Amino acid sequence: MGRWVRPRAGATRFVLVLALLVAPALLRTSTAAAQAEGPAITGRLVQNGKPVPGVKITVKRGRTPIGTTTSDATGIWRVPVGAGGTYQVTLDRKTIPKGFKLADADRTTLPSVVVQSEGDKFVLFPFGEAGPSGPSDFEELLNLAVGGIKFGLIVALAAVGLSLVFGTTGLINFAHGELVTFGALIAWYVNASGGDGPGAPLLFAGAVGVVAGGLLGGALDLGLWRPLRRRRTGTIALIVVSIGLALFLRHIYLVIFKGNPRSFEQFATQQPWTLGPLSILPKDAVIIVVSVAVLVTLGLLLQRTKLGTAVRAVTDDPDLAESSGVDVKRIILMVWIVSTALAGLGGVLLGTTEAVQWDMGLRILLVMFAAVILGGLGSSFGAIVGGLVIGVISEVSAFWFPTDYKVAFALLVLILVLLVRPQGILGVRERVG
Amino acid sequence: MDFSQALVDAVRAAVGVPAAAYALAAVGLNLQFGYTGLLNFGQVGFLLVGAYGTAITADHGLPLPLAFLVGVAAAVVLGLILGLPTLRLRAEYLAIVTISAAEILRLVVRSRPLEGFTGGAFGIREFADAFYNWNPIPSGEYGVGNVTFSDRTLWVMLVGWTLVALTSGLIFLLVRSPWGRVLRGIRDDENATRSFGKNVFAFKLQSLVLGGSIGALAGILLAVDAQFTNADYWQSIFTFFAFTVIIIGGVGRVIGPVVGSMLFWFLLQGADTLLQQALADSFFGSKLGPTEAGPIRFALVGLVLMLLMIFRPQGLFGSRAETLIEEP
Repeated sequence: MGRWVRPRAGATRFVLVLALLVAPALLRTSTAAAQAEGPAITGRLVQNGKPVPGVKITVKRGRTPIGTTTSDATGIWRVPVGAGGTYQVTLDRKTIPKGFKLADADRTTLPSVVVQSEGDKFVLFPFGEAGPSGPSDFEELLNLAVGGIKFGLIVALAAVGLSLVFGTTGLINFAHGELVTFGALIAWYVNASGGDGPGAPLLFAGAVGVVAGGLLGGALDLGLWRPLRRRRTGTIALIVVSIGLALFLRHIYLVIFKGNPRSFEQFATQQPWTLGPLSILPKDAVIIVVSVAVLVTLGLLLQRTKLGTAVRAVTDDPDLAESSGVDVKRIILMVWIVSTALAGLGGVLLGTTEAVQWDMGLRILLVMFAAVILGGLGSSFGAIVGGLVIGVISEVSAFWFPTDYKVAFALLVLILVLLVRPQGILGVRERVG
Repeated sequence: MDFSQALVDAVRAAVGVPAAAYALAAVGLNLQFGYTGLLNFGQVGFLLVGAYGTAITADHGLPLPLAFLVGVAAAVVLGLILGLPTLRLRAEYLAIVTISAAEILRLVVRSRPLEGFTGGAFGIREFADAFYNWNPIPSGEYGVGNVTFSDRTLWVMLVGWTLVALTSGLIFLLVRSPWGRVLRGIRDDENATRSFGKNVFAFKLQSLVLGGSIGALAGILLAVDAQFTNADYWQSIFTFFAFTVIIIGGVGRVIGPVVGSMLFWFLLQGADTLLQQALADSFFGSKLGPTEAGPIRFALVGLVLMLLMIFRPQGLFGSRAETLIEEP
């Protein structure tokens, strides 16, 4: 997990600055390596293009000191280490001259710098502010929140089927992530041009992905889950079967589509629209509109149509529904088809904002669980509320905490909600264990 | 195809260190899932805290035996933190809380702010030199026929399988004690057990903590064997492999995890070698190369797990009466 969110603009800029800093060091030290025998650890300290001189740097191996040096007038420093291995490199913060500042004041020690037995190892201590003319706090929070709403809606769309299937059949489907991946992979194949696929436009390819997802869902219900229900297989056994199915499908994807991330042919890069403090990519706006439209349609279907009423009847009590003349088998088949098609749509939308990859579904599986449990298992409106809450919380947490903890926050919220209100925000009290 | 090479590789894998570690993790999981009916999907979290507890302590220069104790103690603490609030929830919720907790742990030890402590994405290396200094086996190669191991590997294997034997013995005695009968009572009918005046919650918690501590031993064993631990080592897929192991061997059988782990590794490695050969010979056409052997064998694991659960849920040596398969 962790890569499913587009890096913030500030972070991208930061990476660019880093790349610019490393480039001169790379050029310079390749000649230096030839001068001394054995490998060395080296680097160049620069802040906004100005070299940082006189900074003390110490290299240790375990608890054994290896060498100490200070950066010269051009900011370059180099410590020969003699042999390959793992070293700790520490920068003495007190020796930094006035007017210079580490980008991350706490990152003065690099705990495990791996040096090969030949060639120099370049390490980097970034200086300066990551983005001096960055957006105001309000703008940043607003854009994070919109990013969170977009991600939350995608999660809700992908996860609502998880909740529908649980409601009607009692199955907690650990293979749901692979159903999300399926839609995205099919859409990628239909969209890819050149030798990879037919190269159809993304709108058509996405539709094919959704339809193929629905067909897979129907096939899985007819070929696997219906026979298992007939044998009255228990909940836990069904969960384990779904785990086996997930493992199977995921690695088949890996064999066929290989491991590298792909993107769709269209809409991969776009200029953002700016609306006052808000800056949003056109495709993100489309994703938000499409998700809301589909989720509202699904809600109306469930509330207003005969089919929806039947689905809710099966969710409440399958036996009672059956005896009232509802064709439970057919309803469950419909639920599987719709759920998997929606999962596929979620996968296609996720693929337009991030990469299409064999394990993209696995990476959002726990987030989807978090969304449906947060909203209340079995309640499709709950999945929407849960998705939005999870999306916004995990994105906005990046304002105060390092982005490394984004998913951890989403899962932490899940655990806390389960402890305080196990039935979820919109769940029914009787579902509590 | 060279079947003798596949056989040698498979036998090596079946008795190797990873097989011992999977067996240990599965012994703990079997206590929780097989005997108590707890759906712990976060067993890998216990392995993680065991490995990191040991590695961080030893990395700070403290003696290795103390580091081992810290690793196990960390698992006890994790078991209490997870169990106290969640064991009152129903089985599926416990599953989702435990898998989420394991994932949170993995993300946290991987995160950059903790790099000075956990090594972040780089992990911690070379912390168990003392363990190899204790190796009493004279250096050399030992083995039968083509199946040989270095003295270093043999020493880790010896310790690993001894731990498997000790913990399996402990479980054998425990499940035949009155304590173990209560656990099985909880698995078969929690309400009936409660109506006998048993504190079901306390028994579940003890089972979770003990099983998790055995899992921590598995984590320590793997980390010491590699002299390395980093966050990506402890993915949730490990827990599912451990489930596959006990389902192959037989749920709720003392010998189940041991037989299951040896068979799991025998089949996994045997299939791997055969697939590599077949793919190198372009047996399946030119589109699939030898690198595809890894994913194909994991797809096979998934298929085997599904088929076993559908057609023989009690595993090869389990008894149907001891397995939670059908709706009551």
